[in-house]
Amino acid sequence: MAIKKFVVGGFTDEPVLFEAVKKVRKAGYKIHDVYTPMPIHGLDKAMGLRDTSLHTAGFIYGITGTTTALSGIGYIFTNDWPLNFGGKPHFSLPAWIPITFELTVLFAAVGMVLTFCYLCQMAPFVKKHHFSLRSTDDLFVMVIECTSKTNEAELEGFLANTGAIEINTQHAETGWWLGRYDKDKKPFEQKNTAIA
Amino acid sequence: MALYKYESQVRPPLVDGNKDYHQITEDIVRPIEAKPGRLWWIGFLISLGLLSFGIYSVYRDVTYGIGQWNLNRTIGWGWDITNFVWWVGIGHAGTLISAILLLFRQGWRTGVNRAAEAMTIFAVMCAGQFPIWHMGRVWMAFFVMPYPNTRGPLWVNFNSPLLWDVFAISTYFTVSLLFWYSGLLPDLASVRDRAKLKWRKFFYGVTSFGWTGSTKHWQRHEALSLVLAGLATPLVLSVHTIVSFDFATSVIPGWHTTIFPPYFVAGAIFSGFAMVQSLLLITRKVLHLEDYITMEHIDVMNKVIVLTGSIVGVAYLTELFIAWYGQNKFEGWAFMQNRVNLYSPLGWSYYIMMGCNVLSPQIFWFRKMRRNLTVTFFMSVIVNIGMWFERFVIIVTSIYRDYLPSSWSTYYTPTIWEIGFYLGTFGLFFTCYFLFSKFFPVIAVAEIKHILKRSGENYKATMGEAEQESVETFAHEMAHAH
Repeated sequence: MAIKKFVVGGFTDEPVLFEAVKKVRKAGYKIHDVYTPMPIHGLDKAMGLRDTSLHTAGFIYGITGTTTALSGIGYIFTNDWPLNFGGKPHFSLPAWIPITFELTVLFAAVGMVLTFCYLCQMAPFVKKHHFSLRSTDDLFVMVIECTSKTNEAELEGFLANTGAIEINTQHAETGWWLGRYDKDKKPFEQKNTAIA
Repeated sequence: MALYKYESQVRPPLVDGNKDYHQITEDIVRPIEAKPGRLWWIGFLISLGLLSFGIYSVYRDVTYGIGQWNLNRTIGWGWDITNFVWWVGIGHAGTLISAILLLFRQGWRTGVNRAAEAMTIFAVMCAGQFPIWHMGRVWMAFFVMPYPNTRGPLWVNFNSPLLWDVFAISTYFTVSLLFWYSGLLPDLASVRDRAKLKWRKFFYGVTSFGWTGSTKHWQRHEALSLVLAGLATPLVLSVHTIVSFDFATSVIPGWHTTIFPPYFVAGAIFSGFAMVQSLLLITRKVLHLEDYITMEHIDVMNKVIVLTGSIVGVAYLTELFIAWYGQNKFEGWAFMQNRVNLYSPLGWSYYIMMGCNVLSPQIFWFRKMRRNLTVTFFMSVIVNIGMWFERFVIIVTSIYRDYLPSSWSTYYTPTIWEIGFYLGTFGLFFTCYFLFSKFFPVIAVAEIKHILKRSGENYKATMGEAEQESVETFAHEMAHAH
């Protein structure tokens, strides 16, 4: 990804944050993201984010599980190795319901969690830039991306007017990199200096 | 008045004291950052001791075979399967609290769900030990997996409840683990961002997967939790249903009963809540979390205990009635002679079960009792003793005197290695729980913050003003709250 310049404003109160998000968007600034210590219902709508399709993915994984179980057991018990259990039919659907159900749930759950981690780019040893360490504690951190036209001083003043308490400007890598949180090494920055 | 969230004052607060977001992080993360106290070490070492004894018992079992246990031709399932069903049952409360109560939008789950889910995972781990080591030749345990093997390929029997169990328990374990861990991610990030020590930054950095708290991530996280809850709800009901099929689909008198699935599920929730009570009463005391696991939580859980205990009681009586009404001689014998008859060799176990599970929880009809910590703790232990005896009654009293009097085995007693194995799973359970309570936030920090402005004691006070307002003003404010 790329290193960009951001103006960061911290808020402590949700109603103030909601108002600020509205004002910032109205003024035409581009909100990079808002980092919050807990889910805030309605904030995604206020920021104009679209709904997640994770549910749909979950449904697809689920029916994959159903199909896997039914076709697998069906094939094994009618074609591959038909066993005779007390003269009962080889194709005995009711007896397969429990396993079919379990595999549906298993596929849906595992698939959704993996998709969640992929979409959010999360895994062990993944490191990202944190605009404020308090954003996992008690601060709602609004991050606004600066373009070539942005006047930072003006933007900082604008944020202060909306009720932000901690305002600063940061240069940050927007993507993730492999790293450890006890070490500050950033592979991307080194690469940049090497090229220059 | 800017009203962000509203909940009627009639509902008692779920977070006591004058809290703000930072204070919540402080209170819940502090025990992780402090050195463990003397009580923690004592408990942890006792658990490790029990675990070692359990490992030695299992070693004896593997080396000399399951003849080390006092099982015999009539009693093929004794303590081991009793313990298995008991632990699986305990493992049901966590997912019930986290999934079903999430779907029902019960705010009080936030205080107890994390610890209850952890308990679920550890209990299922303990439960899994019993069928695995009961196999005897445990190195062939992978035979339960359906894979194209070199034996034909001879497949597993997909029509057998024992195989359904394999799928149910392993799916349940996996889904509970994913649910628990995905909920932990934001809280581990909270610990990471406060960390001062190097190893802590490293450890919580790795375990929090680089969580940032981005709005989009929270949106997906909420969707994930909701769908996982929707999946886990039928799953939790299916697991004990399938465990009950192990018995209900057989032809053994006393097991061959259609009432088993709902009766087992109610019993599982009953014993699970009792275990949650035992653990949380200690946890809140030792870690000083009385503001988050309040009297309200304990009261509500005791209500669940009296409800499920009564459902179980109805099931016991229905079973008994049908045994008489059905007029099947063998079924009648299993109930009237092997169980109800106090003077039969194991008749006493039926009365322990009835006393502990049906009669004693009835004291929770009284509010004073529900809010008495000593009574609650005592009852939580009693309920779990009762539920252990329920499984013992179902399993052993149904088979120890069966159709053929010459094969009766009237005095089944476990050997020291059978008991050792059971104690060992206590060791495993508590070792895991002690480590969990030391290294992970025992309460879901982000979820408590989420309900704070609605259910926190200091915010409750401001709801009064809202209730005095005219309907029009109130509706206007709520509509424009965001």
